Amino acid sequence: MTSLDAEQRVEVALTVNGLPRAATVPSRRLLSDFLRHDLRLPGTHVGCEHGVCGACTVLLDGEPVRACLMFAASARGHEITTVEGLSEPDGALSPVQQAFRECHGLQCGFCTSGFLTTATAYLEENPAPTRDEVVEAISGNLCRCTGYQNIVASVLRAAELRRERAAGQAS
Amino acid sequence: MTTRLFGAPVPRSEDARLLTGGGRYLDDLGHDAAAVAFVRSPHAHARIVDVDVTDALDVEGLLAVYTYEDLEGALAEPLPLLIPHPSIVAGRTAHALASGVVHHVGEPVVMVVASDRYVAEDVCDRIRVEYDVLPAVVGVRNARDATHLAHADVPGNVAAHLVQEVGDARAAIDAAPHVLELELDIERSACTPLEGRGVYARWDADESRLRLWSSTQTTTGVRAAVAAKLELPLSAVDCTAPDVGGGFGVKIMHPWPEEVLVPWAARRLDRELKWTEDRREHFVSSAHERAQVQQVRVGFDDAGRLLGLDVRFWHDNGAYLPYGVIVPIITSTQLLGPYKPGAYRVEFDSLYTNTVIVTPYRGAGRPQGVFAMERTMDAIADHLGRDRVAVREANFIGPDEMPYDQQMTFQDGRPLVYDSGDFPATMAKLKDLVGWDEFAAYREQARAEGRRVGIGVACYVEGTGVGPYEGGHVQVETSGKVVVATGLTTQGQGHETVFAQIVADELGVPFEDVTVTTGDTRRMPYSVGTFASRAAVMSGNAVGLAARNVRTKALRIAGDALEADPQDLEIVDGQVRVKGNPSVGLPLSTVAVLSNPLRYAFDKASQAATQFVVGDPDSPPVAEDDEPGLEGRDFYSPPQSTYANGMHAVVVETDPETAEIRILRYCVVHDCGNVVNPMIVEGQIHGGVAQGVGGALYERMAYDEDGQLLNASFMDFLMPYATEVPATVEIDHLETPSPLNPLGIKGAGEAGVIPGAAAFASAIEDAEGFRISAMPISPSELFALRARFAAGDIPAVRTAPRPEGTS
Amino acid sequence: MKPAPFTLHSPSTLDETLEVLEELGDDAKVLAGGQSLIPMLNMRLAAPAHLVDVNGVRELATVSASASGVRVGALARHTQVLRDAGAAAAVPLLPQALSLVAHPVVRNRGTTVGSLVHADPSGEMTAVLALLGGSLELRSRTRTRTVGADAFFLGPLEADLQPGELAVSATFPALPPRSGTAFREVARRHGDYAVCGVAAAVTLDAAGRVERAAVSYISMTPTPVVVDATDAVSGRLWDAADWAAAARSCGDAVDPEPDLHASAAYRRHLGTVLTRQALSEAAAHARTATDAPLETAGGAA
Repeated sequence: MTSLDAEQRVEVALTVNGLPRAATVPSRRLLSDFLRHDLRLPGTHVGCEHGVCGACTVLLDGEPVRACLMFAASARGHEITTVEGLSEPDGALSPVQQAFRECHGLQCGFCTSGFLTTATAYLEENPAPTRDEVVEAISGNLCRCTGYQNIVASVLRAAELRRERAAGQAS
Repeated sequence: MTTRLFGAPVPRSEDARLLTGGGRYLDDLGHDAAAVAFVRSPHAHARIVDVDVTDALDVEGLLAVYTYEDLEGALAEPLPLLIPHPSIVAGRTAHALASGVVHHVGEPVVMVVASDRYVAEDVCDRIRVEYDVLPAVVGVRNARDATHLAHADVPGNVAAHLVQEVGDARAAIDAAPHVLELELDIERSACTPLEGRGVYARWDADESRLRLWSSTQTTTGVRAAVAAKLELPLSAVDCTAPDVGGGFGVKIMHPWPEEVLVPWAARRLDRELKWTEDRREHFVSSAHERAQVQQVRVGFDDAGRLLGLDVRFWHDNGAYLPYGVIVPIITSTQLLGPYKPGAYRVEFDSLYTNTVIVTPYRGAGRPQGVFAMERTMDAIADHLGRDRVAVREANFIGPDEMPYDQQMTFQDGRPLVYDSGDFPATMAKLKDLVGWDEFAAYREQARAEGRRVGIGVACYVEGTGVGPYEGGHVQVETSGKVVVATGLTTQGQGHETVFAQIVADELGVPFEDVTVTTGDTRRMPYSVGTFASRAAVMSGNAVGLAARNVRTKALRIAGDALEADPQDLEIVDGQVRVKGNPSVGLPLSTVAVLSNPLRYAFDKASQAATQFVVGDPDSPPVAEDDEPGLEGRDFYSPPQSTYANGMHAVVVETDPETAEIRILRYCVVHDCGNVVNPMIVEGQIHGGVAQGVGGALYERMAYDEDGQLLNASFMDFLMPYATEVPATVEIDHLETPSPLNPLGIKGAGEAGVIPGAAAFASAIEDAEGFRISAMPISPSELFALRARFAAGDIPAVRTAPRPEGTS
Repeated sequence: MKPAPFTLHSPSTLDETLEVLEELGDDAKVLAGGQSLIPMLNMRLAAPAHLVDVNGVRELATVSASASGVRVGALARHTQVLRDAGAAAAVPLLPQALSLVAHPVVRNRGTTVGSLVHADPSGEMTAVLALLGGSLELRSRTRTRTVGADAFFLGPLEADLQPGELAVSATFPALPPRSGTAFREVARRHGDYAVCGVAAAVTLDAAGRVERAAVSYISMTPTPVVVDATDAVSGRLWDAADWAAAARSCGDAVDPEPDLHASAAYRRHLGTVLTRQALSEAAAHARTATDAPLETAGGAA
């Protein structure tokens, strides 16, 4: 084992939810811990720390990734979006957030951040998914409360809400 | 007129917070707290020979290392046996840190405090513990055989032994025209909330007070236990549950060792400390449930009516018995379901094994009991060549027989008396919903296409809303906003919404004006906790009663102010007004001001309540039998549990080649009495069904013979994803109100999971044509059963068509 | 579950990477996608003294497809390969297999070359590389070598990668014309490591008769062996071939182990079932990959 008293620290500068952020942390700091404890954005949750549950999913340059399977140092220079950054600029719930509320797509809320980030990115890519496509899109996220039926309904409803809001803006 | 909220699918108040990252779970608190980690036993059963911390001492950031020898006073004593019971012959509980001998892999041996969790784990890595390994007892059958002992001083590994008997079951069976015997197995699973356990403690040395947060299902329980262990006055300890990321039972156990150790060390070090359980720890140190071996002997008549039922089972309680024998007691009593058993005898042994402790997991012993009874019903139907539903119907308790006394003692020490339910009506709804009568034709058609499909059905009765009590406190602030507190805790069940619905209705205020706090001992120090599907029944009724008291007081004060008879007043949308003359009235906020006679005005509104403005100069400002403030408190304490019920049907397809099991349909008919919020109740059912799917088809705790848990990760413990659950859960409700409580509610939280394993066993048996006796079942196991069936090692069931052999 | 301390190196060019790797030798571990490595670090099942993070080496994030095959750079994510239309056209087995690798979010970060270097017998890409006769390009500061799949995989989680070397790319050769492929697997849950998985390739002659049929397995063999299944079906029309017989003939080549999720007998059974299904599907794809109308057993196509 290496000596522990001279642990390497690195400066991590990146963009989080549109704002430049920086902190100096040990090289081994996981991105999930960095966001939660160094940047005080605890909305990203940690459910397994081995990449299976998906609760810690954040968007890295728009793509969903597991924050527990990345070191903060690897995110240097990138753009991260967490659940705290999903709402509309005026603070209103985003279509995905709104749909989860309408469809009772959450219970304890712990896994929810990961579903929200995953679904947000997915609907950017596929704005009108089928039910099966939604199931596939969220198939890497565990939820122990909802049984998933309402989560699937929420993502489908979010697709509708996105279209409604787009139509509202266009008219 | 305000729309009645009770019964409406009101969107949840808590969601705005939880959807925006605004929830605060245990590890979201105390960012600057020092971290706690544990060196846990790598052995299932071993004597601790030596703990050597030498290599760890130079790690920068290390703050403290503790072993059992550092514990003092009450903390050095074993942890409490929370629920004593006369059947317990050898109650053993753990020490907060292992003392001398470890009894399961994962038991905490050394506590480490360091600057952060990374460093704490570095320290743990460098601590060397030498063990003298002892033989391990793993699994029910090994425990029963007692070749080795899980605890050296517990003969036969028997923790508890209980017999309950109604009538002479064995004589009734011997005299019956038909007799069957079954041997059944259920394996371990676990609650597995997405958030593990966690404790955060702040010691205030100036005030000698402890502030404690725990991801728990009972803050009052943790508070009392910690005060006792730390030898602090109860009044010096406050405990709060922040947002909790799921519980399902595992967080009702208390105090967990960490819940007493973290505050103890926080006081000792005079430092904020936090322990956040990680996933690997959760698998090996938090509770499991379910494992039982059951033997059923049943006697019945030509119609399939039970004449005598004799059940013997062995329950694996793990290494210690802190939660007593609640789980096997529930199995032994709730096994009866909606049926009249004739004479009934049940006997169980609760056995020690060198594995993680067993405490209630959603359903709490009922899935096993339902499995025993429903497998028996299917076996009777098979034996008689009768329809499986018809046999169940022949045994149902009729609605005209309510209340029905099963003449047993339930888990709360009270008689097992069903208060309500209409089982034939529930089954009629289920048959309609799933199309029971048409299924045989569908099965034949599928067979002709080379497909194997099967249908299964299972029924349960669930005692919910057990006592002793819960309380509610309701206060109308001078802003007109209503704050409500109840002591039990919440883990996602939507209590903030449901209790607000009840209070808003009772008080006549807008839903948005009601805020609910749960699980904070500063706000409501009297409480039991959240378990046994009791929150809506207990706290729902308590806050309802408290709100009623506030309403009475508001009408009285407003009556004085308006010079009106309170009986002529109503409260609508937060306005107290004269019935039939809505222009005469005053807002509830003003009533709140008037309720509190003041000397000093602190704002504009409060000027209205100062001494030169209000009051009769001839009487005291606060009447002798009154209190200032527009608030009220009440408690709900029922004489016994209220019994919910339900019936599930599942349709599966088994792949003739790969033996994969696919769920085609899942139908639920559910009776939880009056429904406060159908959206939330259905959400509870969905979640329960998913756990039922997990317990039937995916999840098990895979221990090897040495007591190592081989699948202690989410990679190998197979919790269902969205791809493994039914696409829809088809639900129909039957509402037979409970006569036992003012709101007519029965509990709904656990129901969805209870009949899962039984229903799947029934459906797979129907698809395959041979008896299914063990759950869970994997494709690999189904494949093995097919081979045994083809070899003639297991008998066919004759109500289902024999499949063509491909295996 | 936090990783042990390590020293992080973050080169931004391939040359820098190779220099650092040479300097650190045995003490270094390369971090690319990290989807298998970081769980092991978090569980402290691995604790390298140095991590060389190649995520900044953009020149490695390439996918290049040609008629002869697909070359995947060390930093190309599974998703990038999966979405590459050229790669899908040249080597359809890539998207067929990649869509079964874990879940979409893991594929966004995990790299195809990384999964090969990890040499997990359950990793879909190992069987794909083996079946196609692909290779890895391994580079150190002083030499470059190309190692075929048959030599690269040494055992479970063990590959022929020397200290100082970086696997800079993997090459998946295209199959001859009139070839088709398929990937079939059974996993306990969707997205899990398969209990059994089969990659199959079938090549037809101009008349639609089977010229070559071969399979490779995951979760069945310690390293990805290629099993030739041609004998049982050689010269038969693609839809008249006895794929079940071909599948049975492959059975002797595998001797699967039991684990938590499946017995050896079940695995062996699945091997036969999935081999038949995969070969049959691959043959159907080979048929559609054929330009001219062909005979079928049932008459004209």
